[in-house]
Amino acid sequence: MIEKALIGGRRYWTWVIFLLVVIGIGFLFYLHQFRVGLTVTGLSRDVTWGFYIAQFTFLVGVAASAVIVVLPYYLHNTKEFGKMTILGEFLAIPAVIMCMLFIFVDMGQPFRIINVFRYPTFHSMMFWDTIALGGYLLLNVIISRITLDSERKSVPPPKWIKPVIYLSIPWAVSIHTVTAFLYSGLAARPFWLTAVMAPRFLASAFAAGPALLILLIFILRKFANYDVGKAAIQKLAVIVLYAMLLNVFFILMELFTAFYSHIPEHTAHFKYLYFGLEGKTALVPFMWISAGLAVISIILLINPKTRKHENCLLIACIALFISIWLDKGLGMVVTGFIPSVLGRVVEYTPTFPEIMISVGVYGIGALLITILYRVALSVKGEVPG
Amino acid sequence: MSVDRRKFLKLSGLSALALTGGKPAGLFAPAERRQNHSSGETQNGKRWAMVVDLRKCVREKGCTKCIDACHDVHNVPKFDNTKDEIKWIWKENYENAFEAEGDEFVKEGLREMPVPLLCNHCDNPPCVRVCPTKATWKREDGIVMMDWHRCIGCRYCMAACPYGSRSFNWRDPRPFIKNIHEEFPTRMRGVVEKCTFCDERLARGQLPACVEACNAKALVFGDLEDPESEVRRLLHDNFSIRRKPALGTNPEVYYIV
Repeated sequence: MIEKALIGGRRYWTWVIFLLVVIGIGFLFYLHQFRVGLTVTGLSRDVTWGFYIAQFTFLVGVAASAVIVVLPYYLHNTKEFGKMTILGEFLAIPAVIMCMLFIFVDMGQPFRIINVFRYPTFHSMMFWDTIALGGYLLLNVIISRITLDSERKSVPPPKWIKPVIYLSIPWAVSIHTVTAFLYSGLAARPFWLTAVMAPRFLASAFAAGPALLILLIFILRKFANYDVGKAAIQKLAVIVLYAMLLNVFFILMELFTAFYSHIPEHTAHFKYLYFGLEGKTALVPFMWISAGLAVISIILLINPKTRKHENCLLIACIALFISIWLDKGLGMVVTGFIPSVLGRVVEYTPTFPEIMISVGVYGIGALLITILYRVALSVKGEVPG
Repeated sequence: MSVDRRKFLKLSGLSALALTGGKPAGLFAPAERRQNHSSGETQNGKRWAMVVDLRKCVREKGCTKCIDACHDVHNVPKFDNTKDEIKWIWKENYENAFEAEGDEFVKEGLREMPVPLLCNHCDNPPCVRVCPTKATWKREDGIVMMDWHRCIGCRYCMAACPYGSRSFNWRDPRPFIKNIHEEFPTRMRGVVEKCTFCDERLARGQLPACVEACNAKALVFGDLEDPESEVRRLLHDNFSIRRKPALGTNPEVYYIV
């Protein structure tokens, strides 16, 4: 089936080669980091997690969001999503692989990751996150492979795959819940120590993931003549809207609890995010842009006229995706460390090598999506250019 | 002090003798103890703890003897930037160490008073809970240990530690160590390290390096399970505080202010 990825026109190959170059550059920077150490990043004794772990967290959400197309199709028989489930699954697989790569590049001793399995530690959330992500990858590989193979042979999928698909639904929820537990279980970091962390992660994931899927669907329609249908896109857009409303609601809950209770160790982090602390304001512009984009996307999605207008929907999805990426992929992780446990305000800025390594990982994700979507579409009998 | 150190050690030695059924363990004075590898005083502890007497510590203005001694024997590198910094024991202002930024009217100089900080060897250590490989673990005697050979460098323990007691080797530390002591291992880039209450010295019958180096005798190390120990006596006779007690970590480093 995978050989179908080797058939393509000029535009396809130009894109693939471009991605390979991006990946190659990222890999060279990684070799540099591997040789010298994580000192090439902007991380420090005070801010020990940064861009890599934030991307990991964001992408776990993208991976989990596949459930948004799988669940309605398999549990509620939402026929419109029929042409979309494979796209969701084939987005989840590259997303999980990117998650794993971001963890890998963040490790001080990456080749010792095997120790997580040699000395399984049940009281560590990181152990469970490894199990959850690995299992989710396996489930999605099995499900997409079997369903696509059946489709290719024009036979109904085997009966045993149904329970596997059902299992993948709570499993998707679990990966982002356990990822939230990585943070929300730490007494040392009041910014993360919140019961609303997991619900908020899920809400933002179910908004940003399907928004990305809508963007990919638009791209596929334009460049590959693959149309999932207007009804499916509109249904997805409504889900994106409600997930985003929940996400914003949860953020407002956080702000109320922090600022009404007036507990300094809770307010300090939010002050740093939105106003800056001790004159240090690196994240402030990004957070207000995020808030502004959230409002724009909600207005465009809540109004039926703009939601049904495809250009408006396109803008709404881009705005929403960037808004959540800024909040989760930029602000959420590092703010847990600012101020530090000793009350120091030490800022963090990702360095050039750090960004290039991250771009390289995203390049690998983009390449995987390209290949997998190409395979899916070839099986579905469309002829992409 | 009502009991001097030598007398005290003898007393504790006698009680240890009674407990262990006649082994002449703690009877040696500190000087002899150092050469004696079978000494019980630093080996048979059940719950190690440290008491920092800030009243004595603050008298030695600008003193860094404990820091120098620790960092020297443990091959801790010295960087000229705070970003790569590694420290096992260091000094921090009182207001940062004890989250007392809000105290407006306090004893003069208290807020800026330097406080030595190190790993608290918590009874309920969050770092041990989160480590995915058991590279950091709690010993029976309460010491929170660190295995640099197993650590994968995920830095989850650093996120979990409420005291900032852990350091990460962002780069190869060896070129930044002034004089390498061969008897203690150096670390490689990409692993976490921290104070281990000098487990290697305790095993040899020695006190922790910082305790030994402190001229003011402001650092006192001992076994809290031993009712006759100096740490127990100090805590009994003085008002002491611990860092962030509300978090339930139960630090084993106590401060007399």
